[in-house]
Amino acid sequence: MSDEPLVLGIETSCDETGVGIVRGHTLLADQIASSVEQHARFGGVVPEVASRAHLEAIVPTMRRALDEAKVTLNDIDAIAVTAGPGLAGALLVGVAAAKGYALAADKPIYGVNHLAAHVAVDTLEHGPLPEPAVAMLVSGGHSSLLLVDDLTAGVTPLGATIDDAAGEAFDKVARLLGLGFPGGPVIDRLAREGDRGAISFPRGLTAPKDFAKHRFDFSFSGLKTAVARWVEARERSGEPVPAADVAASFQDAVCDVLTAKALDACREHGVETLIIGGGVAANSRLRLLAEERAAKFGIRVRVPRPQLCTDNGAMVAALGSHLVAAGIAPSRLDLPADSAMALTSIAVAG
Amino acid sequence: MTAALAEVGGGGLRGLGERRVVDPRAHGELLAPQIQRVLADAGKAPRDLGAIVAGLGPGPFTGLRVGLATAAAMGQALGIPAYGVCTLDALGRAAGPGRVLVATDARRREVYFATYQDGVRVTGPEVAKPADVPVDAERAVGEGAVKYSEIFGIPIDDRVLYPSGEALIALALGEIGAGAEGGVLTPLYLRRPDAVAATERKHVLQ
Ligand SMILES: [Zn+2]
Repeated sequence: MSDEPLVLGIETSCDETGVGIVRGHTLLADQIASSVEQHARFGGVVPEVASRAHLEAIVPTMRRALDEAKVTLNDIDAIAVTAGPGLAGALLVGVAAAKGYALAADKPIYGVNHLAAHVAVDTLEHGPLPEPAVAMLVSGGHSSLLLVDDLTAGVTPLGATIDDAAGEAFDKVARLLGLGFPGGPVIDRLAREGDRGAISFPRGLTAPKDFAKHRFDFSFSGLKTAVARWVEARERSGEPVPAADVAASFQDAVCDVLTAKALDACREHGVETLIIGGGVAANSRLRLLAEERAAKFGIRVRVPRPQLCTDNGAMVAALGSHLVAAGIAPSRLDLPADSAMALTSIAVAG
Repeated sequence: MTAALAEVGGGGLRGLGERRVVDPRAHGELLAPQIQRVLADAGKAPRDLGAIVAGLGPGPFTGLRVGLATAAAMGQALGIPAYGVCTLDALGRAAGPGRVLVATDARRREVYFATYQDGVRVTGPEVAKPADVPVDAERAVGEGAVKYSEIFGIPIDDRVLYPSGEALIALALGEIGAGAEGGVLTPLYLRRPDAVAATERKHVLQ
C-alpha cells in the first residue's frame, strides 16, 4: 500500500454536490449530484433550491464515492471541504456535513478555497504543479487570472471580471438565441456550424487605455449587450438570425480575450505553464486557441479533462492532499463557511 | 441551537448533558464543537453513540440544514440510525395536558404552528400569518405565541419557549427502542423556495 495520504473532498459551493477521494495525486472516486435541471427554468442558479438539493444529495453521494474508491471513512487520512467562496447557504451544507464526518470518524478537517481547488485538480491529470504558474479559471461563477507561486500558502489574483463571469455570458447569449441553460455546451456545439468571422463583436478591456488599470481584467457585459443589439436589429428588420454565426462570433470574442490576457500574464511574469480550469475550460475553441497561441511563446497549457474542470469533490480532495503532503495544519472544528473567502487563504487556519 | 446527550433504556432516558446557544449565525460554526463538548463532558466519544435524533423544524432553513447535515453525516459515518422529529412536538409535549397551540416565530410576520391534545399533535405543522391561524386551544406556548399573544386571544404560557434536546430524544424513544431504521433527514420547510432567479450568480467569486 502507498503511504501517500488518502483524502476525501466535499464540494457544495454552487449547484453541484461533489464527493471525491484521492490518494496522493491519484483519483480514486469522483461522484457528483447536480441540481442544474432544477435551476434551468430560472436561467441561473437559485440559492435556496441549490441548498435544499445539497442536503438531499450529500449522504448518497458520499456512499457512492466510498463505494467507488472501495474504502471506508475509517481509512481516510483527512477530510477537505470547500469553505468558500460560493453561495453562503450552499457552502454551509457541505461544511456542516464535513464536520459531522470529521467529528464522528475522528479525522482532521481542512476548510479549503474553491478557486485554489480548481487549480489543484490538474495534479490528478498531469502530476505535480510546476510553480510558478498562471491559472485562468473560467466558469459561470468565476473569471480569474491567478499567479500561483505556492499553492500551500496563497495565490496572487492578477485580474478578474469587472461585471459578468465568462460562463454567465455564455448563459445569457444562449438564452437570447433560445438555446437553453447552461449555455456553454450548446453554444460550443452550434458554433462549429457557424463562421466565427461573420460578425465583429467587441473585445472588452483590450483597448490601449485599459492597459494601465485593467490589463488582466475581463468584461463581458458589453459583449453580451452587443450580441443582444445585433440580434434585435436583425429581428426588427425581418431578416432571419444566423444563430450559428452569432454563436461562433460571440464564442470567438470571449476566447480571444481570455487567451490573449492569460498568455500576456504568463509572459509578464516569466511563467512557462498556463493552467485552465472551470466549466468554460471545456470549450473546444478556448482549448484550441490557448494551445495555438501558447505554442508560439513556448508556454505549456495544462487543461484537466472536462469532468474535472467543472465543480467537483475531486478537486477539493486534490487540494487537501496537497496541503496534507506539505504538512499544513488542519482547520479547527469551528471553521466558518466564508462566501467571500479571499485567495490569500488557501485553507482556513487551524 | 442545542446539543444533548442521553442514555436510553428500559423505555426511558437519563440525561447526560446538554448545551444550548441562542445565536442564529453561529450554527454552522458551533454545532459540531458543541456536540464534541457535550460528549467529552460526559466522558463519551462519538463511537459510543447508538442513535442520533435531530429536530426537523419547522424553523429557519439555514440552521435546520446545518443540524440535519451534521446529524446525517454523523449517522452515516458511525453506521447508526438518525431519526428526525418535528421540533414543535417537543414544545407540545412540554406544554402538558389539555388542548394547546404551539406557535414559533417564522419571521416575515408569520408563525409556524400546530395544535396538541395532551401532548399529541392533532393538526399541523403549518405556517401562516398570526391572524390567519385557526385557534382551537385553551392556551398557547412558544415564542411565536408570546410575540403575537394579543392576536391569538387565549392565555399564553411563557414558560415553554424553546425545545430542549432531551425532549427531542424523548420523542424518538419508540424508534430507538425498536431499533428502527433511520429516515432521510429533510427539513419541514412548509414554504417553497422563493422562485426568483439568481440574477448575479456567485458574483462574489470574480
Ligand atoms: Zn468553481
